[in-house]
Amino acid sequence: MSAGHHADTKEHGHADHGVDHGSLRGYLTGFGLSVVLTAIPFALVMSNALGNQMASAIAIMAFAVVQIVVHMVFFLHMNTRSESGWTMMALIFTLILVVIALTGSLWVMYHLNINMMPGHDMSQMP
Amino acid sequence: MALAHDVSDDTIFHLEDDHGLAEGGSSTMLGFWIYLMSDCLIFAMLFAVYGVLGGNYAAGPAPKDLFDLPLVALNTTMLLLSSITYGFAMLEMAKGRVGSMQAWLVVTGLFGLAFLGIELYEFAHLIHEGATPQRSGFLSSLFTLVGTHGLHVTFGLVWLVVLMVQVSRHGLIAANQRRLMCLSMFWHFLDVIWIGVFTFVYLMGMLR
Repeated sequence: MSAGHHADTKEHGHADHGVDHGSLRGYLTGFGLSVVLTAIPFALVMSNALGNQMASAIAIMAFAVVQIVVHMVFFLHMNTRSESGWTMMALIFTLILVVIALTGSLWVMYHLNINMMPGHDMSQMP
Repeated sequence: MALAHDVSDDTIFHLEDDHGLAEGGSSTMLGFWIYLMSDCLIFAMLFAVYGVLGGNYAAGPAPKDLFDLPLVALNTTMLLLSSITYGFAMLEMAKGRVGSMQAWLVVTGLFGLAFLGIELYEFAHLIHEGATPQRSGFLSSLFTLVGTHGLHVTFGLVWLVVLMVQVSRHGLIAANQRRLMCLSMFWHFLDVIWIGVFTFVYLMGMLR
């Protein structure tokens, strides 16, 4: 990073040096969406509005995913252009690892628990 | 890419549409982003541990006996508010207004402190009721996951105070701007992790 770049950063402050500080409108939009996306799942669970645990679980997970995307876009300013797309590449790589680790752990350990249940009839196993 | 930028500003080797390379220039932000991604993996592992052990109550208390959702909602509000106030601080920084930026940083720090206070109160309450980390696999993984997030917030607050001192002493120099932007990413990232915590730990816990 050159000294000239630093001076440039200081003088212009924003927009010209490739770093996105976001805008007031962006932050407020993200905040408004976050409030709604947080309030709805809390309300769903506290009032048991759906009456079905599985439906509620799927709904709140969907809201969490949407809210994470909202935070990524409006607060962390994620886009495919920043750092020539390398931030997005790092994110995608991380997401792949996270999905493998989470689903792998849960899947394997779930089956381990099922097979370790007392009284489980092993003769029916393939 | 920063290297190429330094060595030759006049000679441009990349393609015409590669504007990001020419204007990006801050490899620190990319490096910090990669650190955040590695931090994300730590939390993913802790979430996986909680997912595996979260149902092992060892005849002890279950989430329904312990969790207080209004308190968690209040905590979530604190962290969300601290996120938006940090965003306001960044906007003030972009305009070069040191005073109002510092004021927003103070507000951010206070919301962060409120978050930590509520979380410590919750932990103290759990331990007082006998729901200690040693009680069951569920509680061990709960304290590890939520505690790790709380530790991150704690260090974020320390970082925030240090940066406020730095800015008050040296002003909004380029180095301080860069540090503030790194902390901005760190702080918003912690809010993203908290979305996972309140969804998978607290809300899903009440549904079990």
